[in-house]
Amino acid sequence: MREMIVSELTQAVQDLARGFAHYLPRLIVMLILAFVGWLIAYVVKVILRSILRLIKFDRLSESAGASQLLAKAALPSATEVLSRFVFWVTWLGFILLGVSVLGILGLQEQISRFFLFLPRLFVAILILLFGMLAAGFSARAALLAAVNANVPSPRLLSLAVRSMIMVFVLSVVFEELGLAEQTMVVAFGIAFGALMLGLAIAFGIGGRDLARRFLEAKFVHNKKDQDEDELSPL
Amino acid sequence: MEDGNFLTDDFLRQLINVGEVDILVGLPTHNNAKTVDSIVQTIRTGILSTFPRERAVIINADGGSHDGTPELITSLSIDDVRRASSVYALRTLHVISTKYASTPHSGVALRTILAAAELLRAKACVVISPESENITPEWIPDLIRPAYHDGFDLVCPTYRRHKFDGILMTNLLFPMVRALYGVRIREAYMSEFGFSGRFGSQFFGHNRWNEAAGEDGIELRFTLAAVTGGFRICQSFLGEKNPVERRAADLVPTLRQSVGALFSALEPDFQMWSGVSGSHEVPTTGSDQQLILDPLRVNRKRLRDMFVRGVSELESVFQSILSPSTLGELKRIAGLEEEFRYPAELWVKTVYEFAAAYRKSVINRDHIIQALAPLFRGRVYTFVVENRNGSANDVANNIEALCLEFERLKPYLLEMWKSKE
Repeated sequence: MREMIVSELTQAVQDLARGFAHYLPRLIVMLILAFVGWLIAYVVKVILRSILRLIKFDRLSESAGASQLLAKAALPSATEVLSRFVFWVTWLGFILLGVSVLGILGLQEQISRFFLFLPRLFVAILILLFGMLAAGFSARAALLAAVNANVPSPRLLSLAVRSMIMVFVLSVVFEELGLAEQTMVVAFGIAFGALMLGLAIAFGIGGRDLARRFLEAKFVHNKKDQDEDELSPL
Repeated sequence: MEDGNFLTDDFLRQLINVGEVDILVGLPTHNNAKTVDSIVQTIRTGILSTFPRERAVIINADGGSHDGTPELITSLSIDDVRRASSVYALRTLHVISTKYASTPHSGVALRTILAAAELLRAKACVVISPESENITPEWIPDLIRPAYHDGFDLVCPTYRRHKFDGILMTNLLFPMVRALYGVRIREAYMSEFGFSGRFGSQFFGHNRWNEAAGEDGIELRFTLAAVTGGFRICQSFLGEKNPVERRAADLVPTLRQSVGALFSALEPDFQMWSGVSGSHEVPTTGSDQQLILDPLRVNRKRLRDMFVRGVSELESVFQSILSPSTLGELKRIAGLEEEFRYPAELWVKTVYEFAAAYRKSVINRDHIIQALAPLFRGRVYTFVVENRNGSANDVANNIEALCLEFERLKPYLLEMWKSKE
């Protein structure tokens, strides 16, 4: 009996040692990959940060309105956020590559799904970035045009333009990421419809007088007013 | 070097039929049928009465008129001029019309006129605005003679204007061009001007015509090219200028064409203007600028409201363009209950900070120009309030003081220009 127990224990220890010996090189490979990955990710981060500073990415982000959002969330500059994000994605990629070397069943599929997801993630980030740029540009253009045309509530108009574009951009981003596609389509429809309905109600009922004044200013030719207003600048 | 490849075959054929000329008059048009007939006949009278022996041609560059302007111009009979003015031509006075595009563009129109002048080897040229309804025959010799006889390369106009007419000219373009380029040209943005064939040919050959931005505000770029190229410039007094009726919406396009053109010229001309200090007069023929002091109704309340509202609504935009101290001061005067003043120093700093922001493209350049409009209205308000009871001397002194302020603060612009961020 005692011999049996000793034999089983020895067998178990030997199995463990064999298993450890079998996995040790893989573990070392994983650690090497993680270390090399960290080095590469760090270099990529430094290079990316320099490029972003060179192309004045922070200014671009400021004009897109992203910097203000980051500041409100107590996050660093857009350049820093993007370079850190790329660092983590790159390092995580290498870590997952290392984990796949371990040959753990079940994880392989998840890892390959992660790598397949990466291009979509980058496309979604690009869409979000350019969408925010377009929204910032259009909102500012609307604000300037409304102020110079003396249209009432220019900031509201600018905000409406920004919101409409961002709602559209976010729905495209979520669709690209494949996250809750059905929900996003419905949410987009509801949000966009609500915005339009809200504007219609605000303009047609709530802002009846405002709308009348706006339309009058736009279409009723008030020669007297114009003659008195503007001096020939040149 | 530029060539005339963009000209139509029909236009080239007409130019070949004309042969070489001494004098060329360019008339860019777009839907000017109501006024253009009298302008063409006045130009003819001016040429026939002063230059009867010279070979001359009138070139109409049309930007796609729908009211038959080009047909009207070419159908006008010279006999009417002879009957009305008792002047006789010793040579044929040609009138040629060409449609350069389906939409008007002053840059393309001038390019067409310059190409024609180059091909016809014109010795002196003049460009007349189709909106100048009060043109007299004397304008033609006044603009041509300095270039044709006296060796000047660019003849800028000066006019008799109302004291509140052309405030963008008196409060920004004139003082800024004077401070930066060192020449006192009253009307740097010209609607009528004369030039020598030599300068026309040089500008035609070296201007960057293909750059869309470069073609905006060509009138100002033409003047600045003469200044930076070291060409001989003079001013010629033409008489009274009728103000063109403008609506509130016209201010932004006007700013684009004039201030936008000036700001965009500062970058390539930096080597030249950064070394200039002080300014000098240019030779002027005829009377110096005169002011009309008749009372004029101006809606000051609207100007004030649009300024105050602009400062408040566009604060986020101004934060990218202006320094905190300038923005703070603007907010302070916009918040005053009583009648505010936009002082000369603050106005000059505002303009210089806008110019530096434009150079650095802190935001879209067109947005920078648009953002200047409400601030300009604030300056117009101050200028109107300060000069409403002023004599011609008072107004002239105020403009001179503003010019000196632009010159005094030029190092401020240079400092911002050279700083990286």
